[in-house]
Amino acid sequence: MTELSATFIVFAFTAASLIAIGFYSFITGPEPLRRILALNIISAGIFMLMVVLAYRGYDDTAVSVGDPVLQALVLTGLVVAVSATAFALAMLARLEQQKPEQQKPEQNRVAKSQISRPEQ
Amino acid sequence: MSLLLFDALLCLLLLALALASMLSRQLTHAVILYVAFGLLMALAWARLAAPDLALAEAAIGAGLTGALCFTALARQGAPAAALKLSWQQRLWPALFVLLMLTGLLQALLQVPASAGPIPEMVMLNLADSGVTHPVTAVLLNFRSWDTLLELLVLLLALLGTLQIAPVPTQQTSWRLSRSWSELLAPLIILLAGYVLWAGASQPGGAFQAGALLAAGAVVLKLNQQLSWLGWQNIWIRLVVVAGLAVFSLVAVLAWLLPVPGVNVVWLRWPPDYAKYIILLIEVFATLSIALTLTLLVVSEQPATQLSLARENETGAGND
Repeated sequence: MTELSATFIVFAFTAASLIAIGFYSFITGPEPLRRILALNIISAGIFMLMVVLAYRGYDDTAVSVGDPVLQALVLTGLVVAVSATAFALAMLARLEQQKPEQQKPEQNRVAKSQISRPEQ
Repeated sequence: MSLLLFDALLCLLLLALALASMLSRQLTHAVILYVAFGLLMALAWARLAAPDLALAEAAIGAGLTGALCFTALARQGAPAAALKLSWQQRLWPALFVLLMLTGLLQALLQVPASAGPIPEMVMLNLADSGVTHPVTAVLLNFRSWDTLLELLVLLLALLGTLQIAPVPTQQTSWRLSRSWSELLAPLIILLAGYVLWAGASQPGGAFQAGALLAAGAVVLKLNQQLSWLGWQNIWIRLVVVAGLAVFSLVAVLAWLLPVPGVNVVWLRWPPDYAKYIILLIEVFATLSIALTLTLLVVSEQPATQLSLARENETGAGND
């Protein structure tokens, strides 16, 4: 059994730390949008873990791109992650739209006029 | 040695960006830092011998997710007052996360240094797959279940988003960004076509091409172009479903019409026709992925009779 390469250790450490950062922010982050971003950082860490595992045998085999099975899984995961994010953000936007109408309609109107300002 | 230095720098930058994005006070900063993080991730994929992922990440991670989050930010309105967390509320999660990190690193340092037998198996069977690029072969031949179900997940996410998407807000675009996006559009179509075709033998393929096309379409759409591109257009609906439909149809045909001398297995293509089957699936999957991602990002609720009536009411009320 050969030693793990330095590149593997550096990237594996980064991937694990990304997962940890994402988890911490997912637990503590007060805003829902930041929690969705935190979920994305966790998934980036997991993808990096898989890619770095795929990279392991890259130097000493004839395979041109690392382990193609893991890379294909990550490619599928990227697209699924972005569609899940879009769904979560749509739910969040609907939540935001419902909330002010019940509580304070005045503030909502001000916020909307601020958003559409750049055109003028 | 210099390569190791590059790795260390890249990883430090990634960690710093992720930390800054998560700990920044304002959500706007968090989103901008996240977009920068996505771009650097693409660089990391390229470094880790995964050019397919780098292509997809540059279009998806930085481009589409950024556009999604900025749209969400624009809908948020006035920022809520920041919540102050007490030190206990920070300490316990930090302890939990540190414990998890230690366990994860312990496990990671024990993995064998060489990959398992799977990469070699892929390379051995590559000749029968119809394409010469191993990642495309895995995606569309050896593990086509993944791709089939992924198209289904995309469709489900789109349907869900269309159900709950909020009423579109009035937006206008700057003239400069509109003319820039018009300049970019033909280039992106050309690039996506090349990436799709190159996928057979080089890094590239349906996902990357679809993501590229979607990024271009989102830019145009945010600049009030492409008014025909919406869920109310029946042709758009057909193309969105076409990716999944063509894939299933081809799978059923390959199952029902056996080629002599080839074992009939669900989702296994006969080697002689594999190239054309994969190309057919990829073309429709690209268009379908591109349109689905575009509609996911610029999700507008399709106008129904109820929503139109409601719009008239609120419009009369506001004016």
